[in-house]
Amino acid sequence: MTETAPTADTPSLTDPVPPAAADSGAGATVEFRGLRRSFGATTALDGLDLTVRPGELLALLGPSGCGKTTALRMVAGFETPDSGAVLVDGSDITGIPAHRRDAGMVFQSYSLFPHLNARDNVAFGLKMRPAPHPTTTPIRRASRRPLGGAERRKRADELLELIGLPQYGDRYPHQLSGGQQQRIALARALALRPRVLLLDEPLSALDAKVRLTLREEIRRLQQELGITTLFVTHDQEEALSMADRVAVMHAGRLEQCATPAELYARPTTAFVAEFVGTMNRIPGRVGEDPGTVEVLGQRLPVDGERTAAQQDVEVLVRPENVLLSAQGGSGAVITGSTFLGAVTRLGVQLPDGRSIKVDLSTHEAAALPAGSGVTVSLPERPVLVDARATD
Amino acid sequence: MAGMTAATLTASIDPPPGEQASARRRGRPRFGRAAVLVIFGLYFAVPILASFLFTVDDPVKGFSLSAYSQIFSVAGLWPALRLSLELAVATIAVVYLLLIPAVVAVRLGGPRLRTFVELVCTLPLVVPSIALTAGITSVLRWGSDNMVPGQTTFIQQLLIDIQNPSFPVILLLAYVVMALPLAYRTLDAGMRALDVRTLLEAAQNNGAGRTRAIVTVILPNLRGALLNTAFLTLALVLGEFTVSSILGFVPFAVWIVNGNAAGQGPVTVAVSIVSLVLTWLLLLVLSAGGGRRGAAAPANQ
Ligand SMILES: Nc1ncnc2c1ncn2[C@@H]1O[C@H](COP(=O)(O)OP(=O)(O)OP(=O)(O)O)[C@@H](O)[C@H]1O
Ligand SMILES: [Mg+2]
Repeated sequence: MTETAPTADTPSLTDPVPPAAADSGAGATVEFRGLRRSFGATTALDGLDLTVRPGELLALLGPSGCGKTTALRMVAGFETPDSGAVLVDGSDITGIPAHRRDAGMVFQSYSLFPHLNARDNVAFGLKMRPAPHPTTTPIRRASRRPLGGAERRKRADELLELIGLPQYGDRYPHQLSGGQQQRIALARALALRPRVLLLDEPLSALDAKVRLTLREEIRRLQQELGITTLFVTHDQEEALSMADRVAVMHAGRLEQCATPAELYARPTTAFVAEFVGTMNRIPGRVGEDPGTVEVLGQRLPVDGERTAAQQDVEVLVRPENVLLSAQGGSGAVITGSTFLGAVTRLGVQLPDGRSIKVDLSTHEAAALPAGSGVTVSLPERPVLVDARATD
Repeated sequence: MAGMTAATLTASIDPPPGEQASARRRGRPRFGRAAVLVIFGLYFAVPILASFLFTVDDPVKGFSLSAYSQIFSVAGLWPALRLSLELAVATIAVVYLLLIPAVVAVRLGGPRLRTFVELVCTLPLVVPSIALTAGITSVLRWGSDNMVPGQTTFIQQLLIDIQNPSFPVILLLAYVVMALPLAYRTLDAGMRALDVRTLLEAAQNNGAGRTRAIVTVILPNLRGALLNTAFLTLALVLGEFTVSSILGFVPFAVWIVNGNAAGQGPVTVAVSIVSLVLTWLLLLVLSAGGGRRGAAAPANQ
């Protein structure tokens, strides 16, 4: 077994992948074009349009039931669209059956095969995949020939090494912790060297600490391999901290797809603004010039979409963007505070009775005990507005 | 079966060491339990013991094991047993082929499919085998009644062929129907422990087609349920009398009853006892094997 010299046509997964490889074929472009899918009365996908760039990690973020899993399963081939198409590198894969697709998937629930040990789980795909993949180019075909048993074991061991569990090859799934099982599942998903990696909330069953380390590990691996990755999560912190770009979905459609920083600082819709991070709603009125809004005695330009239909609107402001001054008399009162470390989040009651949240540095907040009167204002910047909720 | 139940019950009389003190305190319930077990034990043991006495009782010598030595020479036993075993193997194969895809489909499909399959598989329980036989007989008779010598139609020829006494396919069909309720329940219970959908999808994601995924991923994890199904079916076929006897075939159970009537009483009862013991041993081996599998995995490394 040990005499078998590594052959040229079975390149090791651990071969260093130059960063440039990310753009040159290691990862594929994935496009969702007008995807629709309903299950009886529920519409899971309602015309989803989204493009995932080669080699990027794109997080699909959204509330429960917005169609994230359905979108992912379309790429894996477990779900067929009612209309629309999924394109990988420009070619429509809608008709290709799941077992011939070039996408590795890690499932939300533990999905290792209970009767196989970790190594055999990882090697499973190497055993199953029939000869060359129909969509593979002749150049890639060489590495797709069926591997012998010893070769499969070797590849599986390399993958176990890659995910940091080289000594666990002989363990069965029931002898592994949840985090270890998901890592093995990741190795299994990578074993066939797919061009797209699909992760459906792979961390949701794990405890907070394991989640954090595994999150970093997935990101490191993904960047090392330059593999196009779709990561479904409903944890916004996870999405913002890991992803190159985050796609926020709502009711089966794409709301916004942008880098984490842009998504947070410049949400284009009220839904995104409220879903990502914390958002205050402060009542205001559209000014004479419909491009402005009057709020808290200030006149500010409106950012993005206008709501000219209504005079009464709400201005959306993040807690850290609200300004407080210690002079009372305006009618606003501090109602409480939550210590968050470097910053403290203050509860402020506005004169009209509405409560908002304001983040101040902890040492500034120390000067404002509960009950003290304050004046609330906003920085002179364009603000997002939304129709006022009827209550 | 009966013996197994008794053995399981007996085994549970002995409490684990730590519990003995508390068991003494709870004296009365323990006594009640023992009484129940004794009654059940007698219920199972007395008929077997009585049969045994019948086989060794000799009017001349008082005690003789000749009934047991005759087992190997008595006429008709081996063909009958062989027929039963062949039928059992074929029934098990057909039941697997029918039910494994059905149970997987039930796991993947909606609740309506489940209700339908459950209904179909439960139906044989409420149809008495005598009614089943009556139905089969009338169908077969319809074939022969309309037969003109020398001009058998395709269907008539088929009806004749399935009654071939060396391997009566008609019995196989009947047994498959009769085995469905227990087999379905056993397989379904086995599947319940698995996340069938996710496992199948994981297998497909790794390049296995649907059928291959079932064979390589689901079946190995169903070993216990498959063994149980096979065993229950085997027991059913070995003990089945009504259908085969009325249709005029001579498998194992029919041979025993016929032999009894023909004055071979002790031998046939001896055969029953031996078959009971053998079946029981087989069951023990199977359940021990099934139990050890879970524990074997850790030891394998
Ligand atoms: N196989 C199915 N049959 C019927 N309805 C389904 C099916 N799959 C999904 N749905 C419905 O489609 C909608 C979208 O489901 P999906 O699983 O894609 O949501 P999700 O965004 O992944 O939610 P979560 O964050 O809770 O996992 C839901 O309303 C769901 O009930
Ligand atoms: Mg989901």
